[in-house]
Amino acid sequence: MANFYTDNKDLQFTLENLDLAEAVAIKEDNYTKAEKFESAPVDYADALDNFIRVAKVAGEIAGDKIDPRSRIVDEEGPHFENNKVTYHPLTKANLKDLAQADLSGITLPHEYGGLNFPCSVYIMMTEMVSRADGSLQNLFGLQDIAETICDFGNEEQRQQYLPKFASGEYDGSMDLTEPDFGSDLQSVRLRAWQDENGQWYLNGMKRFITNGCAQVHLVLARSEEGTSDGRGLSMFICEACPQLVVRRIENKLGIHGVATCELQYNDVPAQLCGKRRFGLIKYVMSLMNGARVAISAQAVGIAEAAYREAQKYAAEREQFKKSIDKFPAIYDMLSSMKVKLAASRALLYETTRAVDLRNAYNHIAETKENVTPEERAKQKYYNKVAAVLTPMCKALATESANQIAYDAIQIHGGTGYMKDFNVERYYRDARITNIYEGTTQLQVVAAIGGVIQRDNDERIKEFFALPFEGETAKLAAIVKEMYEKQLAAVKFISDKKNAEYHDLMARALVENETYIFVGLLLLRDSLKSAERLPIASRYILDGRFEFEKRYLRIMSDDTLLIENHRSIIDY
Amino acid sequence: MSQTVLVFVKQVPDTQNITGDAMTPAGTVNRAALPAIFNPEDLNALELALQLKDRYGVKVVVGTMGPPAAAEVLRSSLFRGADECILLTDRAFAGADTLATSYALSCCAKKVGKVDLILCGRQAIDGDTAQVGPQIAEKLHIPQIAYVEEVINLDSDKIRARRAIEGGYEILEAPLPCLLTVIEGNDPRPMAALKIMKYKKAKTPGEVAKNAASPEEAEKICAELKAKGLLIAEWSADYVDAAKDRIGLAGSPTKVKNIQNVILTASEAKSVEPTDEGINNLMHELIADHTLG
Repeated sequence: MANFYTDNKDLQFTLENLDLAEAVAIKEDNYTKAEKFESAPVDYADALDNFIRVAKVAGEIAGDKIDPRSRIVDEEGPHFENNKVTYHPLTKANLKDLAQADLSGITLPHEYGGLNFPCSVYIMMTEMVSRADGSLQNLFGLQDIAETICDFGNEEQRQQYLPKFASGEYDGSMDLTEPDFGSDLQSVRLRAWQDENGQWYLNGMKRFITNGCAQVHLVLARSEEGTSDGRGLSMFICEACPQLVVRRIENKLGIHGVATCELQYNDVPAQLCGKRRFGLIKYVMSLMNGARVAISAQAVGIAEAAYREAQKYAAEREQFKKSIDKFPAIYDMLSSMKVKLAASRALLYETTRAVDLRNAYNHIAETKENVTPEERAKQKYYNKVAAVLTPMCKALATESANQIAYDAIQIHGGTGYMKDFNVERYYRDARITNIYEGTTQLQVVAAIGGVIQRDNDERIKEFFALPFEGETAKLAAIVKEMYEKQLAAVKFISDKKNAEYHDLMARALVENETYIFVGLLLLRDSLKSAERLPIASRYILDGRFEFEKRYLRIMSDDTLLIENHRSIIDY
Repeated sequence: MSQTVLVFVKQVPDTQNITGDAMTPAGTVNRAALPAIFNPEDLNALELALQLKDRYGVKVVVGTMGPPAAAEVLRSSLFRGADECILLTDRAFAGADTLATSYALSCCAKKVGKVDLILCGRQAIDGDTAQVGPQIAEKLHIPQIAYVEEVINLDSDKIRARRAIEGGYEILEAPLPCLLTVIEGNDPRPMAALKIMKYKKAKTPGEVAKNAASPEEAEKICAELKAKGLLIAEWSADYVDAAKDRIGLAGSPTKVKNIQNVILTASEAKSVEPTDEGINNLMHELIADHTLG
């Protein structure tokens, strides 16, 4: 009887304290949807009660059903024969359980059979599913496909696809990467052409497509002949058919449960989704930003699983007549892992809160007549904040998950290197999270603009204004000092006007921004619950040295690497 | 084909996760110390009924006899897909043994009207008697198949089911109406979010009355709930035409003669030599203390 919601204090604290009232009120049209839909809430208390009840169901499915199946799914994985992917029976059982619990269209509106939940709650479920089976998230998380159709498709497409996504009948995939273009998506070549009746067809190759055997595909394709950049790309919806061939599935280090496919399009009939030429610049960017948040949650879930195994093992394993968690070398590792986990989670749900508010105000801006200047300002603000927090969050959560999984094996010693224990799987599964949906290096590129423009300043100022006292005041003063230095470092980089030095120092700047921002999040939480203070304190007291190291590097003005890196690399 | 399947379920103290204060000093179950849960094999019975709903479109009605708080297992049934629920509750039912319970439930089944199939879990984890299901069938004069694992086929007038027997299984056919007792084996479905969000507001008239300012207000709320399909039926002993002398303590011939408190303690391990002589000695010892033979 395991429940991954009720056994997780940090997650429960997060859901109970995450203020979603503003976003939910907008999503529920000020609770007027309750008049039409019997499952819609009548006020925020009712909505929060729904979130907690459904989170418990997801926690029970994750703990009782998915987790016990995960080892076999990892060992056996999907089957591929004659261009057909067959998922493992236990993976199918997982998807059936989730569909029966109505967890296949969590954020979709009521009218299409969805729960109309905010992204924050969906991401919590993503985290729990990932803790049980990292690879299952890659199927569970493809609900994003339906959300993208909901946001950018026409009403006919919504009617055609969304109810079947919500019931779990349809699954999806997003077909972006090609053999020659991964990070550089604007160079995508898969061709979309129209016959004389206006029917679109897709022709070309895609590679590394998660669940490429899906029923419904969102495809990025070049619709404008003669173009070579992102503005010649559009987004298309197509369905599994004989012209869409799965050529092979990849043999991966981790996330074995899901099929990663190479696809060949032989004039596959397709529908245009949204407007021509907006494929990459608007729709895919939106889809990828959503996926980046989901991958952050996948990382947090895997890290949670790895941390728990390490904690349990260290408490049970005795050496020199005492359990190893009593040795400083081990308890230092365990506390550092736990602090990283709490830090990732704090930033994750601060990010989803911004995403929920962004989505809410985008919705107002698109559907309401007479949008007020205040609403416009909020729309702009939350778009800006979500845009900087999403890559910061993915970088932190996925890099931390790798470190936590690495240390989890270390704490197990030789035992952890064996396939008999789960930690080696967590280590393999975590490894992809800081690669796909944009590597950490690309997250830095996505975040650095917002860091230089100081897009987090408004929120940081709100945090500094909180009523810190005693210990929290001392810690806030340390963060304040870091913040002053960060402003100086930003000014130094901006004034220098050296693009290469800017790029070289971007990661240090983004990571330092994270130390400040997350330090404040954890301090804010310790005001609500004093038992969280040791975590905040450890994060800030250790973080300041990490901060200082990066700060000194940025301010060193050391451009030698730009000049001599070839001599080092080629030696 | 619109058939009705009636599932009887029970709310039980969670005896699977026992703590030190599980028993009162008097030797009875300390219900306050144990969380109340859906009896596990009753969940299997409900799952079987819901599978029949998926396969044949039957109507699933869930009934329970218990205190007002037992409405919780009924809501939980609605969250999984039950169509209607009945709480059989009355002070007169208190103190019932299996005879009085099966009589009360058989009265309830008669009141429901045309029922094609009755499903019960094999037994409840608080009593472990496995008597109530079979006794209901006897009182209703209908056939029964006990220890059912799955339904092979449901027709308008007969059912074919697979039941576990020692060392294997057998497939039996029975005319309808019929009663099945169900053992664990199927995997009960999770609660469904959309149904939770709807039916969490479902209440019994008793629950409404408890929180209402006046009887008039309670009546008004009940009418509103009923209009939305959110009123859980609450039936009394009189309503189901149960004879007073056959229910509750009065209808229960079972008397507790003696209660023995068994305290399980770990005793010292004993090693047995892996020789014929060692095994022989062990066998003699086990026969001597009546563990074997």
